Amino acid sequence: MMLTMEGVHAHYGHIHALRGIDVSVQVGEIVTLIGANGAGKSTLMMSLFGNPRASAGRIVFDGEDITRLTTHEIARRGIALVPEGRRIFPRMTVLENLQMGAAQADPANYEADIARVYAMFPILQERQNQRAGTLSGGEQQMLAIGRALMSRPKLLLLDEPSLGLAPIYIRKIFQIVRELNRDHGMTILLVEQNANQALRVAHRGYVLQHGEITLAGSGAELLASPEVRAAYLEGGAHG
Amino acid sequence: MSTVVFAAHGMTPAERLRDAGWIAFVAFILGVPLIGLTTVDVGGRLAVNTRFGLLAAAVAVAFGGRLALRWAFDRLAARKASRQRAGSAISRTQTIANVLGWIALGAAVALPIAFSDNRYVVDTATTVLIYVMLGWGLNVVVGLAGLLDLGYVAFYAVGAYAYALLSTQYGWSFWEALPVAGAIAAGFGILLGYPILRLRGDYLAIVTLGFGEIIRVILVNWTEFSGGPNGIGSIPRPSFFGLAFTRSAPEGGHSFASFFGLEFSAMHRLIFLYYLILVLALLTHAFVSRLRKLPVGRAWEALREDEIACKAMGMNTTHIKLSAFAIGAMLGGFAGVFFAARQGFVSPESFVFTESAIILAIVVLGGMGSQMGVVLAATLLVLIPEFGRNFAEYRMLLFGLAMVLIMVWRPGGLLAHREPTLRLAKAAGGEQ
Ligand SMILES: Nc1ncnc2c1ncn2[C@@H]1O[C@H](COP(=O)(O)OP(=O)(O)OP(=O)(O)O)[C@@H](O)[C@H]1O
Ligand SMILES: [Mg+2]
Repeated sequence: MMLTMEGVHAHYGHIHALRGIDVSVQVGEIVTLIGANGAGKSTLMMSLFGNPRASAGRIVFDGEDITRLTTHEIARRGIALVPEGRRIFPRMTVLENLQMGAAQADPANYEADIARVYAMFPILQERQNQRAGTLSGGEQQMLAIGRALMSRPKLLLLDEPSLGLAPIYIRKIFQIVRELNRDHGMTILLVEQNANQALRVAHRGYVLQHGEITLAGSGAELLASPEVRAAYLEGGAHG
Repeated sequence: MSTVVFAAHGMTPAERLRDAGWIAFVAFILGVPLIGLTTVDVGGRLAVNTRFGLLAAAVAVAFGGRLALRWAFDRLAARKASRQRAGSAISRTQTIANVLGWIALGAAVALPIAFSDNRYVVDTATTVLIYVMLGWGLNVVVGLAGLLDLGYVAFYAVGAYAYALLSTQYGWSFWEALPVAGAIAAGFGILLGYPILRLRGDYLAIVTLGFGEIIRVILVNWTEFSGGPNGIGSIPRPSFFGLAFTRSAPEGGHSFASFFGLEFSAMHRLIFLYYLILVLALLTHAFVSRLRKLPVGRAWEALREDEIACKAMGMNTTHIKLSAFAIGAMLGGFAGVFFAARQGFVSPESFVFTESAIILAIVVLGGMGSQMGVVLAATLLVLIPEFGRNFAEYRMLLFGLAMVLIMVWRPGGLLAHREPTLRLAKAAGGEQ
């Protein structure tokens, strides 16, 4: 098991955002997390990073208890995050952004990793000396993913990578997720509003509601489940 | 012959020398009446005095300056061309900043030669350079790391008092005290940094403001230590490699004037101080520019952009912030040491909040993070009140008005452009 969360609770002041979460991710899997706005999906991802810190429960990554580590220490264990809203460094260039992603990585891999990211996203190479803030939304999302990959993570967390993107970009993003997993063996935890597509690419999925996991199963099972269909598929996002 | 002057790049060395020689010749022709010959009042009659040494120096500066400028222009043009090849947007602002930089450097080096007997000009230029240095120091904290610091003058004060006390109490020389005072100021930077690690923006500004005031209030009230409101006087002036700038040489030794066989002049010391702060400022510039290209400098900028993203990339934001505070404070401390050595006297009055505000204004007007912008803004902010002397009480009004106008004219600061810290060597990308 690459990652396990056991009975994790998290609070923002008196808001009880996570109420006993049990989630696990195996090596080589794509696991998706779906849920309504405010369900606690981003909180779950950030609590993996100790921000906010789990107020109860245990988080184990790669055999090590990381519940009490600080955010940057956790990141150095090999978890990379593509945060909600991308959070690229807008005034720095595309290339500098990628380089920041490699800040903690072995410099020996730098050239190869840049080449790999550019091969995956040729547009980033064309724009490499451009200020990242001037990229389009989709390009920024690619940059955020590229930046996360620069650290050679064992586990990649993606928080709503398709948010606000045109259908063509959404397709592209999901294709990248699939390729990363299939061709590079990347383990991925994916948070999505776009339940239909997310469940199609994922091996397994969890449904989060009001800070609790209400359903779990394989992607296909969840796609077929009446609850999921009612709440997240019909009348919601098509695709 | 003058066609050479605006010829395109790609000149041969011989052409360059000829070009520079031509400029030097013009300088010589102009220089004979302007510099070479001066009239002096000898017992009521005017007599002509020759200053051919100075003239030679001016001609040499014109020659060297032209060579350097030509070279800088060519390099700029070459770089511009290669950038265009790399398919990136070239920034006009950056090109302007580069050219301005070389011109400013040439002017700064030549200034005391051209105004060797004008005390006022050299003094004012020294003040400009102190602010440039302070601006560059604060630029690390505010411009690069994005931490709003309203109490920067505290570190300036720490450096000044450190030198004042080390020299008057323990007889330390300027050069001995400089690194130690810088280290003490850096220590204060870390001291301030720790409690405010979690603060940002407005809250950070308020706490740093308080810190600046605390230091000043301590200096005013702790009379045994700092001399209170009276400050500390008779601070030794820096010497030129052990040669003092005094009228008479010490017993069995030399003063600066006697060693070089010059007639004593009070200007020697002023000019020396000017070059001293120029060198300190240039070192600061080189240091900060270098840091910007190192991981720590890039981490500062990333921190300014997005703290959460920094952490998620495994960066220790605590260390990044503290290093920015420490280095900014150290540079402020160096400026303080120089200030104390130049004035020969320090008192809390020199370290009031207005100073912090002016230094911050220099960074903001300059364009947050732009090194050349700081130079422009410092020059403006020192010169405006000087020119404004004619307007007596309206002087500060003029000063404020100028600041408002600059911000309206260029909301991002005079030179708001940020030069990337790295590019791929080969023109990678181009066409696919
Ligand atoms: N920094 C914060 N301070 C206080 N409350 C917060 C904070 N961040 C999130 N919350 C609250 O925690 C709950 C879960 O938020 P979270 O961002 O995890 O939702 P989400 O599932 O990611 O939603 P969305 O799909 O809209 O991104 C919400 O009620 C939210 O208001
Ligand atoms: Mg969210």
